[in-house]
Amino acid sequence: MNHTPIADQQEGLHHPRSFLTKYIWSQDHKVIAIQYAATAIFVGLIAVVLSGLMRLQLGFPGSFDFINPSSYYQFVTMHGMIMVVYLLTALFLGGFGNYLIPLMIGTRDMVFPFLNMLSYWFYLVSVLILLASFFVPGGPTGAGWTLYPPQAILAGTPGTDWGIVLMLVSLAVFIVAFTMGGLNYVTTVLQARTRGMTLMRMPLTIWGIFTATVLGLLAFPALLVSAIMMLFDKLLGSSFFMPAIISMGEQLEHSGGSPVLFQHLFWFFGHPEVYIVALPAFGLVSDIIATHARKNIFGYRMMVWAIVIIGGLSFIVWAHHMYVSGMNPYFGFFFATTTLIIAVPTALKVYNWVLTLWQGNIHLTVPMLFAIGFIFTFIHGGLTGLFLGNVAVDLPLSDTYFVVGHFHMVMGVSPVLVIFAAVYHWFPKVSGLRFNEALGKWHFWITFLGAYAVFLPMHYLGFLGVPRRYYAMGDTAFLPDSAAGLNASITVAAIIVGVAQLFFIANIFLSLKRREVSDPNPWGCTTLEWQTPENPPAHGNWGEKLPVVYRWAYDFSVPGARWDFIPQNVAPEQVEWADRSLAPADHLPRHTGTENQSPDETDSSKTV
Amino acid sequence: MKFLEKISEKPWQQIGPADGAALIERMPQTPPARVALRFFLAVVSVLFLLITITFLSRSQVADFQALAGAPWQPLTDPSRLWVNTGLLLLSSIAIQVAAYSAVRDRSAPTAWALGIATFTAALFLVGQLMVWRDLVALGYFVSSNPANSYFYLYTAIHGVHLLGGLIALTLVTRKVLAGGAIRSLGPGLSLCATYWHYLFALWLALFALLTSSPETYRLIAQLCGF
Ligand code: HEM
Ligand SMILES: [Cu+2]
Repeated sequence: MNHTPIADQQEGLHHPRSFLTKYIWSQDHKVIAIQYAATAIFVGLIAVVLSGLMRLQLGFPGSFDFINPSSYYQFVTMHGMIMVVYLLTALFLGGFGNYLIPLMIGTRDMVFPFLNMLSYWFYLVSVLILLASFFVPGGPTGAGWTLYPPQAILAGTPGTDWGIVLMLVSLAVFIVAFTMGGLNYVTTVLQARTRGMTLMRMPLTIWGIFTATVLGLLAFPALLVSAIMMLFDKLLGSSFFMPAIISMGEQLEHSGGSPVLFQHLFWFFGHPEVYIVALPAFGLVSDIIATHARKNIFGYRMMVWAIVIIGGLSFIVWAHHMYVSGMNPYFGFFFATTTLIIAVPTALKVYNWVLTLWQGNIHLTVPMLFAIGFIFTFIHGGLTGLFLGNVAVDLPLSDTYFVVGHFHMVMGVSPVLVIFAAVYHWFPKVSGLRFNEALGKWHFWITFLGAYAVFLPMHYLGFLGVPRRYYAMGDTAFLPDSAAGLNASITVAAIIVGVAQLFFIANIFLSLKRREVSDPNPWGCTTLEWQTPENPPAHGNWGEKLPVVYRWAYDFSVPGARWDFIPQNVAPEQVEWADRSLAPADHLPRHTGTENQSPDETDSSKTV
Repeated sequence: MKFLEKISEKPWQQIGPADGAALIERMPQTPPARVALRFFLAVVSVLFLLITITFLSRSQVADFQALAGAPWQPLTDPSRLWVNTGLLLLSSIAIQVAAYSAVRDRSAPTAWALGIATFTAALFLVGQLMVWRDLVALGYFVSSNPANSYFYLYTAIHGVHLLGGLIALTLVTRKVLAGGAIRSLGPGLSLCATYWHYLFALWLALFALLTSSPETYRLIAQLCGF
């Protein structure tokens, strides 16, 4: 047989012996995934608290002594950076990527378990460096999450002594961590799939995570380059990005550098970053929708192609973030065009989700609620994106609350809803336990409606001309008094949404405490991770034998079948039919002689 | 292309591996570590490509004084760098020899070649540091001119990558020190060799770039539309 079961190299699996090697210095992808996820959610909560503080100031200006203009900028910056990089990127790829890749493609672990462990520890160090900046003299940087020079490193911006340096170093360490993890995910998907798991039989989750990882590997170097060069400017006095400038009445040593160059580098990373977050979300939500609608995903091939095409296009749209920085008008035209083109495959995905729901047997479970909520917020954020992609519309709206409303809808709320959907969906697998449905539904409705109460009015504030990143508006003639009232109501909603996240945390801890054992496959999923011999899966995932894959991941409600789902590892001759005459011809076993074995005979471990 | 062919399959019609051997994915024979290395080299290439784009655009600003071209500039006579280049070439050849002999289970040549490869790589790094020292002695500090800044930046990042390679090499050879067979070094060393050749080629490109004249920069920058 030609097949080399890299997936099944048992000798690579060092079985953990002590508590330390089992839970702390673990090389098991499942433990690493949980470590990644727990760390990411922890820093995410800090970012939520920071947003609450900002909202307090915006809703009730000047009522809180501990928020001054400097600390406001620091909150904005840390909130944005933590959310985008340290929460979303880490959680989707380090968390879900780590947990799901080996299980969904049927292997025992990542191909480089040690590197995988190292990746987590580097990530943790980067988080610690970032958090350390709260405790250094001058506090964290207040440069905005985009860290634009020259102001990012000039006196007057908060945290220019230590904060900015720690931020840049932390980002560099994060990128090293991501690269170690990313090489692992890509190689594992390409090289370690189990027998029968062709590329086109992979669940869309894996396609999303895989493509996002490739994007990350190619985009993060841009951030690394900008971080290193900015460190040179800051610490060694070079002038990569720093123009000749007078700061605080003094002529500085710098000259000739280009701040716009930094912006290009930053957004060459920054735009793909949006898709590094979005593509895994697309994948996860596709699988959740198909499963809970008991219907195969509409247009699987197009979904795959769309993911790949979006990934490619995401590298040629970056300057739509820089319309106000000034550029050759032809460039503006070019980037507006590519931005509108990328909306085509994206819209296609949205249609396919909706068409998957159409006439499906929709189960309004907690994960499904969040997934459907995602479709709403994503359409919403996507539509405002079309407006902002046009130069003429963007110029007046850029740097207003319209932009804040837009990107929170499309890359704040939407991915977060998918994260919740996915955590609820896979919780019974990861922990082997059931969670509290009622609490989950409360969590959904408060979060979903609350998100609208927070971010919808922001679009309107943007039209009025309220600028982004302002500590306070003071007396401004162009703003009606109602704007202040709106701001106060947003703040109230934001606090409610923030507090409602405790439902989620409480649900997890209560479930862990109650220990109501879950059915091993409570949602009737077809993908491999639900077919493990133990629940939750043990070290090595599959017991003696690797699964063999016979079909794609979306055999839901196959006509004539006894059950409304057929797992990927069920051979044609093992399928139970209620009415065989209804069965599609290609689903019935074909008798072509020797190839037609049952999985027990095709024991791949024998070929090692 | 094979990838395009693969993603045109219609998985919903192809149930069961009995449907012809084609469906039992033939896993590529390339070892995973080599696949990962390829991706890593792509990442490093992007890194240097991006720096180079910024370099070309920065080189067109008036205050940029190229390190070579005019007779009084330090890199107009790059003999020092040639010596370093020779060292890195030697290292590259030696590590290839080591990989070649390891596969054939010849321990003495492997050990020798490994020793030479490590030593020359280390010497290269020392050589680069000496170039830095000379530049500093001549008053070419990091911040005095963007051309200098780029020289330090490029050589530092390249050096760090070589240093990383040396660590990887140590990890590979550790197995033998722990009593493994020489032959078992083969795959690891051949990966190291690929990495070494890559870093050597990269260095040649950087060398050419950093010692070019202002006219060359202008030409390339114009071709790239800066
Ligand atoms: C609890 C929900 C959230 C609330 C109430 C909230 C609120 C805010 C506020 C008030 C700002 C500052 C606007 C300004 O002054 O310009 C902000 C900025 C930002 N937020 Fe959020 N946010 C939330 C969740 C998220 C999430 C999930 C993300 C993930 C992408 C995110 C990403 C950002 C970014 C990137 C910025 C820009 C930071 C900057 O201007 O440098 N936020 N948010
Ligand atoms: Cu963008």
